[in-house]
Amino acid sequence: MSANLRVKSSEYIDETHRVSFKFNGKTYYGFKGDTLASALLANDVHLVGRSFKYHRPRGIMTAGSEEPNAIVQVNDNTNRTEPNVRATEVEIYEGLEASSQNCWPNVNFDIGGINNLISPFLPAGFYYKTFMWPASFWEKYEFFIRHSAGLGKSPTEKDPDIYDHRNIHCDVLVVGAGISGILAAKNAAKNNFKTLLIDEKNELGGATIYQDKEFNKINNQGSSDWIKKEINELKNISNLEIKTRTSVAAYHGYNYLLARENLTDHLEKKNKNNKVRQRLLKIRAKKVILATGALERPLVFNNNDRPGIILSTAVKKYADYFGVKCGEKNVFFTNNDSAYESALCLHNKGIKVDAIVDIRDNSNSKIVKAVEQTGIKIYWSHTVVDTNGYRRLDNISIMRLSNDGMTVTGKRINISCDCLGVAGGWTPAVHLFTQSGGKLKFDEDNNVFLPNKYPSDQISVGSCNGNFNLKEIINELSIKLKEFLKIDQTDFDNIAIESEEETSKRNIWLLPSDKAIGKTKPFVDYQNDATAKDIKLALREGFRSIEHVKRYTTTGMGTDQGKLGNMHALGIISDTAGVKMGELGTTTFRPPYTPLTFGTIVGRSVGEFFDIFRRTAMNHWHIENKAEFENVGQWKRGWYYPINGETMHQAVQRESKAARESAGILDASTLGKIDIQGSDASEFLNRVYTNAWSKLAIGKCRYGLMLNEDGMVYDDGVTTRLGENHYLMTTTTGGAANVLGKLEDYLQTEWPELDVYLTSVTDHYATASVCGPNSKKILKKIIPDLDLSDENFPHMSFKEVKINNIKCRVMRISFTGEHSYEINIQASFGKALWEKCIEAGKEFNITPYGTETMHLLRAEKGFIIVGQDTDGTMTPIDLQMDWIVSKKKYDFIGKRSLYRSDTMREDRKQLVGLLTDDPNIILEEGAQIVSELKQNPIQMLGHVTSSYFSPNLNKSIALAVVRGGKDMMGKKLFIPMEDKTISVTVANPVFFDEENKRLNA
Amino acid sequence: MFVINCPYCGERDQQEFKAGGEAHIERPKQPTELSDDEWAEYLFMRKNIKGVQFERWNHAHGCRKWFNMVRDTSNDEIKLVYKMGEKPPLE
Ligand SMILES: [Zn+2]
Repeated sequence: MSANLRVKSSEYIDETHRVSFKFNGKTYYGFKGDTLASALLANDVHLVGRSFKYHRPRGIMTAGSEEPNAIVQVNDNTNRTEPNVRATEVEIYEGLEASSQNCWPNVNFDIGGINNLISPFLPAGFYYKTFMWPASFWEKYEFFIRHSAGLGKSPTEKDPDIYDHRNIHCDVLVVGAGISGILAAKNAAKNNFKTLLIDEKNELGGATIYQDKEFNKINNQGSSDWIKKEINELKNISNLEIKTRTSVAAYHGYNYLLARENLTDHLEKKNKNNKVRQRLLKIRAKKVILATGALERPLVFNNNDRPGIILSTAVKKYADYFGVKCGEKNVFFTNNDSAYESALCLHNKGIKVDAIVDIRDNSNSKIVKAVEQTGIKIYWSHTVVDTNGYRRLDNISIMRLSNDGMTVTGKRINISCDCLGVAGGWTPAVHLFTQSGGKLKFDEDNNVFLPNKYPSDQISVGSCNGNFNLKEIINELSIKLKEFLKIDQTDFDNIAIESEEETSKRNIWLLPSDKAIGKTKPFVDYQNDATAKDIKLALREGFRSIEHVKRYTTTGMGTDQGKLGNMHALGIISDTAGVKMGELGTTTFRPPYTPLTFGTIVGRSVGEFFDIFRRTAMNHWHIENKAEFENVGQWKRGWYYPINGETMHQAVQRESKAARESAGILDASTLGKIDIQGSDASEFLNRVYTNAWSKLAIGKCRYGLMLNEDGMVYDDGVTTRLGENHYLMTTTTGGAANVLGKLEDYLQTEWPELDVYLTSVTDHYATASVCGPNSKKILKKIIPDLDLSDENFPHMSFKEVKINNIKCRVMRISFTGEHSYEINIQASFGKALWEKCIEAGKEFNITPYGTETMHLLRAEKGFIIVGQDTDGTMTPIDLQMDWIVSKKKYDFIGKRSLYRSDTMREDRKQLVGLLTDDPNIILEEGAQIVSELKQNPIQMLGHVTSSYFSPNLNKSIALAVVRGGKDMMGKKLFIPMEDKTISVTVANPVFFDEENKRLNA
Repeated sequence: MFVINCPYCGERDQQEFKAGGEAHIERPKQPTELSDDEWAEYLFMRKNIKGVQFERWNHAHGCRKWFNMVRDTSNDEIKLVYKMGEKPPLE
């Protein structure tokens, strides 16, 4: 049975409400209001994890989101498991299970701990230096490194929770609800600003709610009591919204902030279901007030990482707020007055404080005098030189500091203690300020970086702006707030404040020991095990930039991003290299401030909402007829239609044969359709396509190729002249939106004089493409009135007709090489049209085919697919499509680029056909092509772009791009594969019906 | 994320817009008269300034209009937006 370290009298802990939870498999009890950290401390559990590199035992160090050590896995082996959670932020609930990370087999006996014994061999850059050689061993090293590098386990099951996003627009956003934030929000809201106040904790008030009542007074009342009254008043202000348990993750330009609101993490399991777990708030604020406070700094001394070494204000918060004592024998180690406030708090609660070790030689402040009167022993000008105790702090050794602070003198004094509260001063939380683009300046007096230049309409107030005592904070807040909000007065202009001002300061970034530095372990980054020694080594090895030292030593690269130790790292670099801290600058503060779950980031965009699907009007028919689907852009297209358990290959062979032998039908609705109107429409087409358009007669269709200005093929499709000044352009399925965008760009910016209007009509029409020798007979059944003779309705022409009194546009065009019609109908009639075609085609065994068969049929004809046979580096000449490039036109998009020296090279990759010597071998698309097998290094000539087994030719066919391929007709080439080499012959890419006889069959 | 003042629609979130690169590079009227170097200058060369830059933007998910923007790329401050065809400010 572990000891109970509860001290009574905390108003924030509900002792009538007992909560049981498990830690590392063992059941413990805490109270409602506890965090996992406070509950563990109350149960005298200090060892909660192991460090990353040396696997040293580590305990709880803080009481907030800056925690580097107490990182746990919650609800392991469930679908709600989450790694890297800070025990100091987890509010306990009935049934919570948490476990230590980075320990194997368990936290008390950890095999990785052996790294601590061999640590002289694990200096900075160890991984870089050691595992680089020999390269072939990397796989073995990787296994070892990954296995020992425990950063928790990611969930393997689907997350059962719901996440949400919300946009918020406000006049004033206040981040942080300490005393500055509360007063700022209250006064903004009262002056008619729509205000949002955000704090990461579950209670408002920040550190003020447990501030010492004796030494911090407002209107003759303890500041902690005064602020509670203010918090109560907030509830009645109508245009103030308050969000607790909400952490601002990122502050971007233009006052755009992202915050994570935690809604159910503190609830019992049974109350979590069907509720939004976390919500990402996307906040656009006209004005931002940052009141993010300051983080207490630790001190860097030998073995400063043992469980039981805790930040001084955290010791105080655990005692005062949570009613938990962190130890039976408490000592403080400090360089400022704040430890005295903590000591006094403990003393007043009857918790024994044995000593205070202070590196300063004196302090005259009232609070120090008050501590002296309690009889607590104060060691002035002393420093801790070592600590002992493996799983828990047992004792410390202190020695007298020299005047320059570089060495220690005299004899070691040993003090027995199980809790050491360290106080190294304060680091303003300027993370969000710098994320927003703000520039910092260094304040030499207080050794802090402070906001200097604001990039947007924002201010920093309170301790994040370098004000550390109550009187100073409130006086400056009043002035800044009036100026920022342009108001005449605040409601706290005339309050009377009493607080202590600190007079004596001494800062030493790396405290000396009686041992040589090489024999000590003064940790700077606790989570990543980076010591002061590592930083000095990096500097000795020539690293100068703070960003490089950070990466080489991994300082500040843990999940806590070095919130505690980054300033010490800078200080040590500054001292060692002799560069002023202000000149050194800081490393970049990157979002998020605290980690975000993936769930919060994606919100509702999961499952079927992950990406938007577009479905054609015929989609239900495809589903009913068991189509397999393929994603093309955002479209779901029918891929093939297997029957009787056919494989894809079998289905495609059957569909392809049917389309050429009798009739096939394809849903072509997804092709992009752009309606072009205006008196300059013909001229416009002349400029955007490579071929000529002026002479195209009304009612005729033409294939067009569109280039980029660099001469590379961009898109293709058939365009129909519907009227004198009216065209309908089709584009590739994937290119539709981009083509419209590009055409609009040219119209608006280069040719505003052209009278042309573009409208996307892709979604307005559904298209059924009927092809094959019997397609004409099917059309005749559907549209009996239409004269289908070649004279009246020849290939590449268009007719406006009616089917069941519904207007349709029919084009006689072909992408398969067969006699073929494309019927366009208002999308809402698409399925009816499709079913009518199927019905009419029944006697001809009309066969629905999908994209795969379409690709095969066009490959037989050597027709390209933009994006499959081209990749943005192919000109029309490379594609052997010289015939479509007008020689007469003065200009079109990309024309000039076709005469650049590079595009005219003979050895460019060119489109050719390939036939395998063994007609049964089907090449792999993407396979590399070579001409010599014994070359070293072997020259890659190109690759296969399309490859199929043609049932109509009864052999394998392929399209490929090959360097200088145009002149290789009949040449043997090789395709080396993993297990064999395939020999092929270069052929004409038109494999089937070279004379186009079937179009008019 | 910027707030962009579309000259046709007013202030909208950056998500609705698409950036279109450097502004005021006119497509040559007579490309065939140009040498390879001159054409390459038009086709490939862009200034990519750290500081005040003239840019093209498109209100792609709004009015679909292209317009010009003067933006300081070092701090993302948008100094001005103006319509296509309007003269750029001198400084
Ligand atoms: Zn607009």
